[in-house]
Amino acid sequence: MSTAGTSKIVEMSWDPITRIVGSLGIYTKIDFQNRKVMECHTTSSIFRGYSVFMRGKDPKDAHFITSRICGICGDNHATCAVYAQNMAFGIKPPHIAEWIINLAEASEYMFDHNLFQDNLVGVDFCEQMVKETNPGVFNKAEKTEAPGASIHGYKTIADIMRSLNPFQGEFYREALQMSRLSREMYCLMGGRHVHPSTLYPGGVGTVPSVQLFTEYQSRLMRYIDFVKRVVPLHDDLFNFFYEALPGYEQVGNRRILLGCWGSFQDPDVCDFKYENMNKWGQAMFVTPGIVVDGKLLTTDLVDINLGMRILLGHSFYEDWQSSETFVKTDPLGNPIDQRHPWNQTTHPKPQKRSFDDKYTWVMSPRWFDKSSGQHLALDTGGGPLARFWVTALAGKVDLGYVKATGQSVKIRLPKTMHQPEMEFEWKIPRWSNTLERNRARSYFQAYAAAAALHFLEKGFAEVYAGRIRTITPYQVPEEAIGCGFHEAVRGVLSHHVVIRDRKIANYHPYPPTPWNASPRDSFGTPGPYEDAVQGLPLFEENGPEKFKGIDIMRTVRSFDPCLPCGVHMYLGPGKELQVHHAPMFGIQNG
Amino acid sequence: MTKEAGDAEIGCRVENGGPSIPEITVLWITAGLGCDGDTIAMTGASSPSLEDLVLGNLPGLPKVNFHNPVLSPSCGEDFLKPYRQAAEGKLDPFILVVEGSIPNEENKKEGYWAGFGTDLVSGQPITTCEWIDKLAPHAWGVLAAGTCATYGGIHAMEGNPTGCMGLADYLGWKWKSKADVPIVCVPGCPVQPDNFMEVLLYLIRQASGQAPMIPLDEQLRPTWLFSATVHEGCDRGGYYEQGDFANELGSPKCIVHEGCWGPVVKCNVAKRGWMGGVGGCPNVGGVCIACTMPGFPDKYIPFLEEPPGAHMSSAAIQMYGKTVKTLRAFTISGGNKEPEWRKRTKKKSEGETGDQE
Repeated sequence: MSTAGTSKIVEMSWDPITRIVGSLGIYTKIDFQNRKVMECHTTSSIFRGYSVFMRGKDPKDAHFITSRICGICGDNHATCAVYAQNMAFGIKPPHIAEWIINLAEASEYMFDHNLFQDNLVGVDFCEQMVKETNPGVFNKAEKTEAPGASIHGYKTIADIMRSLNPFQGEFYREALQMSRLSREMYCLMGGRHVHPSTLYPGGVGTVPSVQLFTEYQSRLMRYIDFVKRVVPLHDDLFNFFYEALPGYEQVGNRRILLGCWGSFQDPDVCDFKYENMNKWGQAMFVTPGIVVDGKLLTTDLVDINLGMRILLGHSFYEDWQSSETFVKTDPLGNPIDQRHPWNQTTHPKPQKRSFDDKYTWVMSPRWFDKSSGQHLALDTGGGPLARFWVTALAGKVDLGYVKATGQSVKIRLPKTMHQPEMEFEWKIPRWSNTLERNRARSYFQAYAAAAALHFLEKGFAEVYAGRIRTITPYQVPEEAIGCGFHEAVRGVLSHHVVIRDRKIANYHPYPPTPWNASPRDSFGTPGPYEDAVQGLPLFEENGPEKFKGIDIMRTVRSFDPCLPCGVHMYLGPGKELQVHHAPMFGIQNG
Repeated sequence: MTKEAGDAEIGCRVENGGPSIPEITVLWITAGLGCDGDTIAMTGASSPSLEDLVLGNLPGLPKVNFHNPVLSPSCGEDFLKPYRQAAEGKLDPFILVVEGSIPNEENKKEGYWAGFGTDLVSGQPITTCEWIDKLAPHAWGVLAAGTCATYGGIHAMEGNPTGCMGLADYLGWKWKSKADVPIVCVPGCPVQPDNFMEVLLYLIRQASGQAPMIPLDEQLRPTWLFSATVHEGCDRGGYYEQGDFANELGSPKCIVHEGCWGPVVKCNVAKRGWMGGVGGCPNVGGVCIACTMPGFPDKYIPFLEEPPGAHMSSAAIQMYGKTVKTLRAFTISGGNKEPEWRKRTKKKSEGETGDQE
């Protein structure tokens, strides 16, 4: 139907998007002539109402309840909730409890990145998929030797792709098995996966012993043996895509706007007091911070906290601008905005979905940058990209096994069953794009494993010294506020709690996916998925009839979506639209 | 990608008997109000593992076509195809697995609490309730995975806006499938991985004529998994019996005073462990919060306070427990000493046998 002066724009949607956690739909308008995505909306079709039903509940239970937010990283929530409880109750857990929590969280990263990368993302790069979407690329892969073959064991790139075929592929199955081993490591420290049983305000119920740490260590060394093959395997695969499809760096590329809220507390420094939050935040073994256009804006958790804003615009809620203000100032006397999570009141308003008006249950978290006066739509780079970028630039972390250099992060892994000692170096990439989000994920598996070696040494030292008490007693205060900052597997995680009459008066968790999957906000700024997909160049060889949307899928999955809710992809040949001049679609809905 | 995991050339031959049907489809819906934690747990199972089921690594299995949104290679309408076919009665036999609690879509004017896919005519989400209404009548059996789907769970907590409930509350506790199978409930928040896969395997064997009707209790739980209490399987039960209770968490002793509901909760996790025998709840220092129970969470909060019944029963056992513990201490002390002849002694006079030097 295209005529001179008009482009053929086809509406394409994918709903549900599979191989992610939760419910997500992607609705796009695609210009097949110019092979470009013109417009993208993301929608999530599930609402549960945690912040509504937690009102009036006992604050001691917050970690048990909020763990249930997420079925793949629930323990990240439990941990973050415990951090917020510690602050609100004014307590600091014993050292050994912090090392146990760090070991638990390290194994969660090891497990979750592993399962997501090689059993969910990997399918987008497997033989079956590449043959269906880019047969030419697969032919080239057959002829391309894998540089890391001597380590990972796959001679050509096509061999790697075959090994990723679901269930049939050898590496797919190996990854699935490793995801069980790393979950056993989690269970040693946290009792159960994914909703832990042994995490508490003030510490853990886990019984520390030589046996506990030895059982973890034996499994960890098997995992490290595996991860030494994971990193070069993915390097080979992703480098090949840059080479085979020139211009692929533009897929999923977006302005560098990365947030990381920090992970792994250092019990020598962390006392969970808000007044000292900048100090203990700087000591975390993954540094918190915000990177804008390649520059580190801040590493101060207080700054990060004060800048949080939850915007509406296209979400199924009524505003809370005139609702109660729970927290006027923070404990340092800084004013707290009405749009801050401490002051949010959730008023759900289910309604019909309309992409011109309200279209999702996800709100729009933004970070207010005082210097520019802008509400930045930060993304998490799927988690690892932002963690590495901030940690590398900040240059603070030095664990022996892990060292941040100012422009890279070096990871040293000791000798294991099949491999000698190895060092990997993650270097700051040129793009915040699909392939770099994915590459960072493999490297972060190594980072978490290396950090765990350090935490184990600390855990053993406490046991040898007989310091095995794991809990600090507490009383729930009559009134208090608290916040926890952490890195869920797929990025920034915060919990904000207000306590009145020893009950929860307000509770707002902000996991990574609301940041990444947010809709256009009240200023018209699209959320990161929408932004990364809009303008995306298409490399898939199929036309509209057999279109898989593989480049779009790879991009959405590179953020590691975890909406316990979801996104869905495309249906059939699509509906053709008559459109005048195609551009300028993007921000019209503001 | 149109090829689903189960499309491969798979399946074990068995010499005698074998499945009465060549294949069966598993249609899994994660779009209840849940967290996908039961799907993730299922990937952690090893007895049997997902690969065992999908690749036919167990004797006598029919071919299993397994569809789950977290794992499926295909997306959107490609992915929904078997669900749409099944809803029209064109796919048989299939087992419907539901994860997440079922919202009340009638407690508001418009919109939806939970949806899955889009109605091609209206452009609006197809609600999870509509899917269940259409799929359940055609299913060989319906399996509720996790406490949300079985009984409502955390999202059905008092004060929730969605009015959600368990599958049996939605379909009716007496509901039976066209094959006369009641709803099968495997509770747990999330499900213990092997508990779930074991039940799915059982149902596939039953559907293929290789196992009798699944034995269920009144709450629709498989009896072999849920007849014992946590306490009956807990390795800290011995401390309880001796009246020896932890007075703070992190102790290896019985933690009922810290809020553990184990003595009155039906669940096998303390005995089975969480994964590969590792982990659990009170057995590894985590209070049982009763996450498998129909009354969860409301009848058990606040979690971190001693259950009222535990106060009485643990007081009652003190006298007996302390006495027995003291007596046992004597016996242990005796047993801690080797018999006296196990030591080096001088050789006795020649001719007598003695210790070899």
